[in-house]
Amino acid sequence: MERQPRALQVLLAIGLVALAAFPLVGEKFYLQFITKLMIMGIFAMSLDLLVGHTGLVSLGHALFFGVAAYALMLLTPEYQAAGFWTSLGVSLGVAALAALIVGFFVLRTTGIYFIMVTLAFGQMTYFYVHDSSHLGGSDGKYIYVRPVLEIAGWSPFDLERPAHFYYVALAMMVFVYLMLRVLLASPFGRVISGIKENEHRMRMLGFATFRYKLVCFVLAGTLAGLAGWLAAAHDGLVNPEMLSWHQSGQLLMMVILGGMGTPSGPILGAAALKVLELVFQGWTKHWQLLLGGFIVLSVLLLPRGLAQLFESKRRD
Amino acid sequence: MNDSKALASRRRFLKTAAGGAAAAAGVLHAPFIIAQPAKIKVGLMLPYTGTYAALGTAITNAFKLYIAEKGGKLAGRELEYVVLDDESDPAKGVDNASRIVNRDKVDVLVGTVHSGVQAGMVKVSRESGVLSIIPNAGFGAATGALCAPNIFRTSFSNWQTIHALGKVMMEKGHKTCAWITHKYAAGQEMFEGFKEGYEKVGGRIVKDLWLPFPNVEFQALLTEIAAAKPSATACFFAGGGAVKFVKDYDAAGLKKNIPLYGNGFLTDGTLQAQGASAQGILTTLHYADSLNVPKDREFRLNYAKAYKLQPDVYAVQGYDAAQLLDIGLKAVKGDMKNTKGMIKAMEGVTIDSPRGKWKMSKAHNPIQDSYLRQVVGEQNKFVGVAWKALEDPARGCKMG
Amino acid sequence: MDTAIFFIQVLNSVQYGLLLFLVASGLTLIFGIMGIINLAHGSFYMIGAYLAFSLTGLIGDFWLALAAGVVVAVLIGLALEWLVIRFLYDRDHLYQVLLTYGLILIFEECRSLLWGDDVHGVPVPPALDFSIPLTENLSYQVFRVAMSAICLALAAGMYWLIQKTRLGMMIRAGSVNREMVQSLGINIGLLYRVVFALGVALAAFAGMLGSPVSSVFPGMGNQVLIVSFVVVVIGGIGSVKGALVAALAIGFADTFGKVLLPQIAGMVVYLLMAAILLWRPQGIFGKA
Repeated sequence: MERQPRALQVLLAIGLVALAAFPLVGEKFYLQFITKLMIMGIFAMSLDLLVGHTGLVSLGHALFFGVAAYALMLLTPEYQAAGFWTSLGVSLGVAALAALIVGFFVLRTTGIYFIMVTLAFGQMTYFYVHDSSHLGGSDGKYIYVRPVLEIAGWSPFDLERPAHFYYVALAMMVFVYLMLRVLLASPFGRVISGIKENEHRMRMLGFATFRYKLVCFVLAGTLAGLAGWLAAAHDGLVNPEMLSWHQSGQLLMMVILGGMGTPSGPILGAAALKVLELVFQGWTKHWQLLLGGFIVLSVLLLPRGLAQLFESKRRD
Repeated sequence: MNDSKALASRRRFLKTAAGGAAAAAGVLHAPFIIAQPAKIKVGLMLPYTGTYAALGTAITNAFKLYIAEKGGKLAGRELEYVVLDDESDPAKGVDNASRIVNRDKVDVLVGTVHSGVQAGMVKVSRESGVLSIIPNAGFGAATGALCAPNIFRTSFSNWQTIHALGKVMMEKGHKTCAWITHKYAAGQEMFEGFKEGYEKVGGRIVKDLWLPFPNVEFQALLTEIAAAKPSATACFFAGGGAVKFVKDYDAAGLKKNIPLYGNGFLTDGTLQAQGASAQGILTTLHYADSLNVPKDREFRLNYAKAYKLQPDVYAVQGYDAAQLLDIGLKAVKGDMKNTKGMIKAMEGVTIDSPRGKWKMSKAHNPIQDSYLRQVVGEQNKFVGVAWKALEDPARGCKMG
Repeated sequence: MDTAIFFIQVLNSVQYGLLLFLVASGLTLIFGIMGIINLAHGSFYMIGAYLAFSLTGLIGDFWLALAAGVVVAVLIGLALEWLVIRFLYDRDHLYQVLLTYGLILIFEECRSLLWGDDVHGVPVPPALDFSIPLTENLSYQVFRVAMSAICLALAAGMYWLIQKTRLGMMIRAGSVNREMVQSLGINIGLLYRVVFALGVALAAFAGMLGSPVSSVFPGMGNQVLIVSFVVVVIGGIGSVKGALVAALAIGFADTFGKVLLPQIAGMVVYLLMAAILLWRPQGIFGKA
């Protein structure tokens, strides 16, 4: 595994301890807020697998987030809970299948054309959901009861309780983070970073690059589905905006802002945008001016994203 | 990495981390000040940016106007506001509502405009039990299938704004019509409200046309209307879409042969922009210009004085939200904790509104007159009452 | 659909297509030639529309307001290039995306501070405010015909500028190899500044020219942003001819989609884009 700068390691350790301890002191809103941040962190990491590590910039990633969320809505009977593992499994399966189908088509294009084709698939799905009244149309639909995990009458946690949901999200985020770190350090990871550097060369070396990219795309889609399942269970409702290009675009902004291709950049970016939004909104009605200014300055002053703040200069 | 560099980077990191932690502590744990007697916290969760910003501002202005008229106090208690921009973004609806209810701990939640965001707010209101007043969003389920004791509306249901229109059109001799709107939930609800009213009196919709939201390229569908040759056209559009539709309809020469009707959003707050194209259009809504209501004259005068602006229907709804809160608070002598007592006082109440008196229905939605209005100059002039005391059917609501 | 209606729908398609070309033309320039992915393109369109609203009120004549507005837009473009854009040429495209996204937020708030949040209209110039009857109950506004004509003239003008003039030659060379152009003694910084300002002016011009028809409202820029990118990409990046063909194709798809396939009208444009890019991954006129 590639060694991370010491400062970052320390920060990660402190961050993890702080996150784990937070429910002991935090009140309900901040528990929910950070739970949502962690969900966005998972979502952002999944996109970074494509953008930062494979060089595939997708502007339709919300599609997979959204279909998993809608799958949970459809799997939840009215006023009853869906099974935790079944609904999670089916939602991830739906997201993976969607990613397989979409990936099969879109991976034939590259660069800006790839961005636009992913956008096209995302928007087609968005309009389908937005215009379907049985899916709740533009108002969306409620999930009245959160999924329940029950093993012979015993349930280890209760998602209706914010602290429990928080730990579930934290565990999932850590799991995804570690899984991606292991994956990227493996031979598979080296192949995809080779593809990012120079796909042509990798093909000449005999790698079936299309298949590698497809695996990445499906994996990223599945992880986005995990985030979507969590988000739908957390909010208790689904809305077509979950699939819109605004959502994909904002996510992309989080990844770029945080630092593409850095292990913790996406989480950092997701947290930064959400926290800044919260802070700026408290200051002024014209908070978007401040957010816009922050983004512009960060691009001009931090060429490698926020993660750069915690990096040594070693990369130069 | 050599050692001195590592040291420098660690020092820099520690500084940053310390600064960040301090900042986070400041942000996350704003000091909780307890005043004597505590002010009532009013949460205003409305759009202040984007397409609906003007509506959010009008509602806020009028709400604060009422409070100012009462000397800044309701039932002897001062108010403080927690203002939140919901950006009309449904993806953030639950997060924002939860923030204002669970973090800022507002006593009453006022909002919002966009129905998709409202769905998220209703969710949080139902779960938290916080007293909520909807000053605009016409999302039918809010006082229908999702109705709840603590949720009130001072505006309208989508169904209600257009149900009387069919009767009006029939009286004008239009036995057939075309329907056009954007394809989204509000459009669907408006369509159902209109269709029900129009078909009941024997009208026939010969063509229903739907435009992908928020596309405003109307030309193709205007051509379809011309080809279908209906006697009239009924529609629902609002804001920028309404301006463009009215202008395009006129420019295509349709207006003189196939008169255009709609609910009042078609011509509310848009007349300056629509100009001559809007002249003569008949619409139905629960508010109008030159209403012969003393309360309205007073309200308009005060609003214009305070904000150097003319109020609109959205302002009226915001004003009534404040009136409703006042009635509830008076009944419990300012004891905001007595939610049950407040709800009891607010149920079945009659509000003396600038739009004329209206009564709160069992489902917590106004029972109000639907007015017929006609565009004259830059006014939606009152023509008559299209439907006296129109009540939303509140389908699926098991309350009351 | 009878023949008369069919031809009217064709007319609608062409007219919408030409309008799309106008909106996307500035993007073709900035994106295709400078290689800058400019998400703020829609904001410039919006600024144009608001300028038309204010200046028409101030000056009283639509066409003079248009001319004045173009000057303002060029100045905005020059300033913006000097302030931020020039730092982006050597950076990854994605930082351009992020920065111009930040600009959208800034411009939208500036609009709110300067003009407020109301919907406004711009009157159609009186000389063109009449209609030609098409069928017994449908007619066609002459201003729209004029708009189409201006779009066509603009397409021709851009083609001429890029293919036939010295400036166009430098631009084309610069888009292929910045260093080479610089070594030939051409001030590439200045060249890019001019091209960027031109792109901004084109977007604002589209907003201004369309304002009597589109009306002027908050968030209007976001509505044209995506479709502009669709046009540029389908046509093949950097190809003016491609953008024109793509804009017309989308005009037809959108118009006939609404009429013939109302159930999926929202998807039609994206369906078209996906199909074209899967068939020709470099766009219709793009170079492989």
